[in-house]
Amino acid sequence: MSASALFDLPGPKARMRYRLYAVIGTLLIAGAIAFVIYKFIDAGQFDGELWAWIEYEKIQTDLLAALGKTLTAFAASAVLSLLFGAIFAAGRLSDHAIFRVPSMIIVELFRAIPAVIMMFMFHYGIQLGDPFNSVVAALTLYNGSVLAEVFRAGILSLPRGQSEAAYAVGMRKTQVMVLVLLPQALRAMLPAIISQLVVVLKDTALGFLITYEELLYYARNLGGVAQFGRPLIPVTIVVAAMYITMCLLLAWLANYLSKRERKSKKHISTDDGPLPNKPVIMDSTANPAPSL
Amino acid sequence: MNVLLDNSQYFVNGFLNTIKLFLISGVLCLILGTILAMMRVSPVPIFRAFGTAYVTIVRNTPLTLVFFFFAFAFPLLDIVGELREYYFFAAVTALTFYTSAFVCEVVRAGINTVPLGQIEASRALGLTFGQALSSVVLPQATRSVVPPMVSTMVALLKNTTIAAGFSVAEAGAIRDILSERGYSAMIGLLWVALFFIILVIPMTLLQRSLEKRWSVAR
Repeated sequence: MSASALFDLPGPKARMRYRLYAVIGTLLIAGAIAFVIYKFIDAGQFDGELWAWIEYEKIQTDLLAALGKTLTAFAASAVLSLLFGAIFAAGRLSDHAIFRVPSMIIVELFRAIPAVIMMFMFHYGIQLGDPFNSVVAALTLYNGSVLAEVFRAGILSLPRGQSEAAYAVGMRKTQVMVLVLLPQALRAMLPAIISQLVVVLKDTALGFLITYEELLYYARNLGGVAQFGRPLIPVTIVVAAMYITMCLLLAWLANYLSKRERKSKKHISTDDGPLPNKPVIMDSTANPAPSL
Repeated sequence: MNVLLDNSQYFVNGFLNTIKLFLISGVLCLILGTILAMMRVSPVPIFRAFGTAYVTIVRNTPLTLVFFFFAFAFPLLDIVGELREYYFFAAVTALTFYTSAFVCEVVRAGINTVPLGQIEASRALGLTFGQALSSVVLPQATRSVVPPMVSTMVALLKNTTIAAGFSVAEAGAIRDILSERGYSAMIGLLWVALFFIILVIPMTLLQRSLEKRWSVAR
């Protein structure tokens, strides 16, 4: 039973009705899928010759090289945006308005500008040269700003007793942040952070628009090769499968980490019973999901 | 300033197209997303499985790839005939296809925040299913659906710029026209960014104030 409030446990009549719906639904969905597959076959996209390109070793290595470029852009932007996020989250939480206000403006600004426009700015406006630079710069600014908000929410959601206790034992502001607040916030926000990293991975595909030679760009070229009969649809299917697998692996990693985290109980527990150490937001992100 | 004034018609045109794209796909993905959410909470397993599969697959696909498919690969299948503005159609389809998965999750999460006891209590009071839905479940679900839905819509608005890479003359494509006419691309892009900020910030503020005002203490 799905734990939704909407439905009663079905009685005999309702069960019959559900079974009827299930049959009709299966027919409809199977029909729709069959229609799509029929169209694919009809357009000749499942013909063997259109898939022949997979057998060429050169193409396999090229495809892997393109995948490598996607992953390089992802790794660089992920690391840089984590750094950017940490710095600007600290800035927004600073006691000094001189750090706080500019950080706030920068974070709000870069979250409001579409990543594509930023990429265009870096590539066509400032002309950073190699498209790789523009991809990484744009993704860093956009996702870094989002991550800054995630970090900030994580730190704010920690119980006040944590920082009060740290100050009481004589730590300084930086020590409190680095030794006490950040480690806990990081652990608590891990699912949200990783789902943002999934966004970074997905957004590397934007590099296609500024001719960064990543997976999608390679797919576009390969899909136009007349020698293989312009296998655009087979190539799209393969590339989509690669992206989906990578993203699912990341999401699975997030799930695994948050489960391990919940088991390991490394968070502080005092004699007064469990502290509300897990932020409320944790519940909504317990099953990390990629955001837009 | 000259860059803006000399090319005002392109800016107006571009942003009108952006807003058109946003409104059409916004409405469509709200409808499709709600249908998917209904499937995901329905008591029929096959519908639930379909909804889950759709959401899992679509949310883990880059939007650029979805655009790529509908702009280049989909015409090969010959499902729709010749269209006058095919690329606009492709952009709307891609945005709807992609965003509805996120809308679905927002709606589903909203329905699931209503505690079981609420509907049990309304049944115990003798409300019919329709009454319980309209006066107990939906008002509570709306409160937890609308704020995240606004952020989804903000993301949709920003995502429309990807259409610029697939032959739709919207705000992201203004740069092309400007550099063709010999104006500075950078200044044009800064204006585009500014207009996006003007469009996005009110929506973000709305979302925050709704979140504060509507958050239910449970």
